[in-house]
Amino acid sequence: MALLEVKDLQVRVEDREILHGLSLTVNPGEVHAIMGPNGSGKSTLSHVIAGKPGYEVTGGQILFRGEDLLEMEPDERAAKGVFLAFQYPVEIPGVATMNFLRTALNAQRKARGESEYSTPDFLKKVREVSKSLNIPQDMLKRGVNVGFSGGEKKRNEILQMALFEPSLCILDEMDSGLDIDALRIAADGVNALRSLERAMVVITHYQRLLNYIVPDYVHVMAKGSVVKTGGKELALQLEESGYAQFEDA
Amino acid sequence: MPAVQETVDRVRRIDVDQYRYGFETLIESEKAPKGLSEDIVRFISEKKNEPAWMLEWRLEAYRRWLTMTEPTWARVHYPKIDYQDLYYYAAPKPKKTLSSIDEIDPEILKTYEKLGIPLREVAILEGVEPPPGGEPSEQRKIAVDAVFDSVSVATTFQKELKKAGVIFMPISEAIREHPELVRKYLGSVVPTSDNFFATLNSAVFSDGSFVYVPPGVRCPMELSTYFRINERNTGQFERTLIIADKGSYVSYLEGCTAPQRDENQLHAAVVELIALDDAEIKYSTVQNWYPGNSEGLGGIFNFVTKRGDCRGANSKISWTQVETGSAITWKYPSCILRGDNSRGEFYSIAISNGYQQVDSGTKMIHLGKNTSSRIISKGIAAGKSQNTYRGLVTAHRKATGARNYTACDSLLIGDKCGAHTVPYVEAKNSSATFEHEATTSKISEDVLFYCVQRGLSQEEAVGLVVNGFVKDVLQQLPMEFAVEAQKLISISLEGSVG
Amino acid sequence: MNVVLAKTDTGRAVSTSFAFARERLPGSGKVAEQRRQAFEAFERAGLPHRRIEDWKYTDLRALMREVLPLAASPDTTALSRAEAALKLHAIEGTRRLVLVDGVFAPKLSDLGKGEKGFSVRTLREVLETGDGALQGELLASDNSDPMIALNTAMATDGVVIEIANGTVLEQPLHVVHVASVGTPAAMFTRSLFRLGRDASATLVESFVAAEGTEAYQAYDSLIVSVGDNARLDHLRLVEDGLDAFNIASAAVTLGAHAQLNTFGMVSGASVSRYQPTIVFAGEGARVDTNGVNLIKGRQHADTTMFMDHAVPHCASREVFRAVIDDRAHSVFQGRIVVRPDAQKTDAKMMTRALLLSDEAEADNKPELEIFADDVTCGHGATTGALDESLLFYLRARGLPEREAQALLIQAFVGEAIESIANDSLREHVIAAAQRWLEARA
Repeated sequence: MALLEVKDLQVRVEDREILHGLSLTVNPGEVHAIMGPNGSGKSTLSHVIAGKPGYEVTGGQILFRGEDLLEMEPDERAAKGVFLAFQYPVEIPGVATMNFLRTALNAQRKARGESEYSTPDFLKKVREVSKSLNIPQDMLKRGVNVGFSGGEKKRNEILQMALFEPSLCILDEMDSGLDIDALRIAADGVNALRSLERAMVVITHYQRLLNYIVPDYVHVMAKGSVVKTGGKELALQLEESGYAQFEDA
Repeated sequence: MPAVQETVDRVRRIDVDQYRYGFETLIESEKAPKGLSEDIVRFISEKKNEPAWMLEWRLEAYRRWLTMTEPTWARVHYPKIDYQDLYYYAAPKPKKTLSSIDEIDPEILKTYEKLGIPLREVAILEGVEPPPGGEPSEQRKIAVDAVFDSVSVATTFQKELKKAGVIFMPISEAIREHPELVRKYLGSVVPTSDNFFATLNSAVFSDGSFVYVPPGVRCPMELSTYFRINERNTGQFERTLIIADKGSYVSYLEGCTAPQRDENQLHAAVVELIALDDAEIKYSTVQNWYPGNSEGLGGIFNFVTKRGDCRGANSKISWTQVETGSAITWKYPSCILRGDNSRGEFYSIAISNGYQQVDSGTKMIHLGKNTSSRIISKGIAAGKSQNTYRGLVTAHRKATGARNYTACDSLLIGDKCGAHTVPYVEAKNSSATFEHEATTSKISEDVLFYCVQRGLSQEEAVGLVVNGFVKDVLQQLPMEFAVEAQKLISISLEGSVG
Repeated sequence: MNVVLAKTDTGRAVSTSFAFARERLPGSGKVAEQRRQAFEAFERAGLPHRRIEDWKYTDLRALMREVLPLAASPDTTALSRAEAALKLHAIEGTRRLVLVDGVFAPKLSDLGKGEKGFSVRTLREVLETGDGALQGELLASDNSDPMIALNTAMATDGVVIEIANGTVLEQPLHVVHVASVGTPAAMFTRSLFRLGRDASATLVESFVAAEGTEAYQAYDSLIVSVGDNARLDHLRLVEDGLDAFNIASAAVTLGAHAQLNTFGMVSGASVSRYQPTIVFAGEGARVDTNGVNLIKGRQHADTTMFMDHAVPHCASREVFRAVIDDRAHSVFQGRIVVRPDAQKTDAKMMTRALLLSDEAEADNKPELEIFADDVTCGHGATTGALDESLLFYLRARGLPEREAQALLIQAFVGEAIESIANDSLREHVIAAAQRWLEARA
């Protein structure tokens, strides 16, 4: 069974239709890149999959392991294994990162009927992962993302991805605001999480990121739907020819 | 001597006697007898050839006023006003019926000339350079309604406005010529029973301006009223009514001066603004009534009720005020945000010096859905003055999505003055988002020293800081007024500002 | 006009109540005269209402309507119920002083063995037998506020705590006001806390109700003086029954270089009003005051604070956080006055309200009155709902809605709670906030 099936999805924000019949199928172990110009609806797709309020789905469906994702609350989706790495992770002053990680992890486990992590196991795991991502321990004591640099915020997202072990990771413009070194660290973190069970959807404007996270499929989005699908070489073609050919269509 | 000490000393010596508009015009005038009674109300109404309904409206207000008491909640102190010791009507004696501007008493024309207010139809206020890169000056026209004591003496550019369908005339004329509009809107924002001073105004107002902008019309020029109190012991009670019909736009300017006298003079005006669907009104005031001398003698008591009603959806009302004059200022230009998505703005610079007392601010009353408001208030207190910002922001239970941002900053120059902030922030529904910030500070010695070290004089340095402090608000004024206001600020703080 | 209002039924009822209670009120001679004057002042004004500026948002005439009769001295049933309540509200490691229905309960209190530099007496004792100067100080309050005047007139008991110069009291004092009345009644307490020069102490006050208590009104008034160089940590927890009224005031005077840290939390009482006045009487003093309202249902909680910077070189910080659910109504009025010679004052006030329901109401009136120029003063106020983008982020990470809300609310009040210096007291408050959040979920 496919992990994620988006069928003929139509989405409105206020009075404007953003997605007009978008379809996408993602199987376990696959890495899909979604590319497209600004305003093509890439971020909208990621938000709708994660369940962000403010979007009206007027047609189509989203199935996650055959279950209707649109019927679920955002936290239920998270517990099922949907993870969205935000383009702009929010700052949450007053909520210590460590406390947040534990609360979220245990909430997901509880929802799945699993036992909660013991404190030593949890700490051990956080330390391991944070070390590999170059996240200093004192960052974990601070408020979630408060005062973090762009790179630190993205690494914090990947840290959570590693901890929560989701089956579908959606990376929304992970490269925005990162310099080349920060990008490499983040991409290494993501690559370490690639597995046969886990699928990834990498949303990006630039081909650059795909040098580090090499996709199995590349989809081009324009004006609210997928206009072309190909292998990783499609990204390189786009780098040369640009998006204009699709936008004029 | 530390830099600031010198400034403070200069402020102590400050001379509000330098008021530049303090001259008196010697003309013959016609007055009603002193004191207030039903007969006086009838007299005023009769002088204006008013219809019966207007007289009745005034009398009702008068009777209501008799039952009211003067409000005491504001932070202003003044000797008790003897309302029977004032003239409620004074008018320049007309030599004959006027048919053109040339027939106005030359003394009055001279007065406005001295004040820099052109009653002849020149294109732009005198003494103002065209803005760099701005429109060429021929393009910028300002229509002026000049109110001298109780009556309007001239309104310029009437013909041109008429072509655009804009009605701009003294309210006394509008009552006769457009009774349907006046009856519909007069008192609909500030009811006759609103407050002591507004009720008094309703009974005795003698003139003021009336503006009606028809649907879809963008008023082709700035409209402006210039108020001048000349007579001794005269109260000035003008009334302004501005209606912006659906989809229209108008920008209105108001300026005020008065001669220098030892006695206090009362000014109790009412301004009502109505913006219908998609309409916008921008109302700017430069208030420079005589503030009294350096000993606190004389000056205007300014008790003014100004309120705008964003009656239609997507309407907008914006108040900008530069308050430098008056011995007492008591005014709160407010917005009732009734229409959905309507917006209210209040930008204020209030400067007090000498013994001036200012209690001013705004009310933003959010009633419709998704309404927003913005308040930027800059108070500068010098000398022995007291300067209070008083503001209310309230969101009704049904005003979902209401938003307000308020910033009120006070600057103190010298240690004998006071700066106060009294905000009321009331949220009655969870979707209201209010943000309020206030700071009080003095001019930093470090900044002054830095400027002086770079070659600025003490006064220039203070001027620089003050100008920076009020910049956000000055930017809201139409260009011509901004220049005038900037000059005025300098004069008001003379002795400390270059 | 108010004279007429005092002749209303409410006025008569209190009048009778005062006449009736007089017999039971401690003190005679000058004390009785001060009470009489205070009562007359209350009678003239009557219960405050919205037309009185300071009471604009808390109209007692509408909310309370009448002052209940004075509570009877607690009998054995009331005392044993109070004892049970104390078990629930005990704070480990503190020394407890208990007032039941406005009367000091020695058997429930730990009076100690007369350590050096520390004395506790009851108000009754001091008013009946103490020296005149102290009696005068106890009842000298400003009669211009009708509710303080009423408290002066009716104060039945309280604790008078004096800590000598240089004494460092390690163990926090916990003054517990327990309501245990069997019939609707009012209790009036007044306490004094004097901290000598170079001394330091922690004072905790709790207002609680015993199981099965009838509707009641608690009127309290606290007089505090903090000596030069002394430090007081003050914690105040209003956990009254949900049909109770708690109308209280505090008058605090700070000596030179004194330090005051206060934290207040209101989660109980149907209607509460706390009116502290803090006067800086010596240079170099500092006040940090933090407040939290956690209210729901139809609760009404008002904090009206007056920070009086009368002398130069003092600093004050006010942080106030209100969490308002259902149809509750939170009021914060903070007034900072900087007197003409109080140069170099550094005063800041920040108030934030979090509205959890469409019918919740928050009124903020942060006021600055500044008469000196070389000062840094500011205030800020925000009002709004929980940030939607934060909520979504948490939910996308798997937190159910209520849990996500709870985490954000905790963070919201956390800044104020973190100000509590004593670890076990802070833990106690965190647990209390936690209980409130859990009850909500």
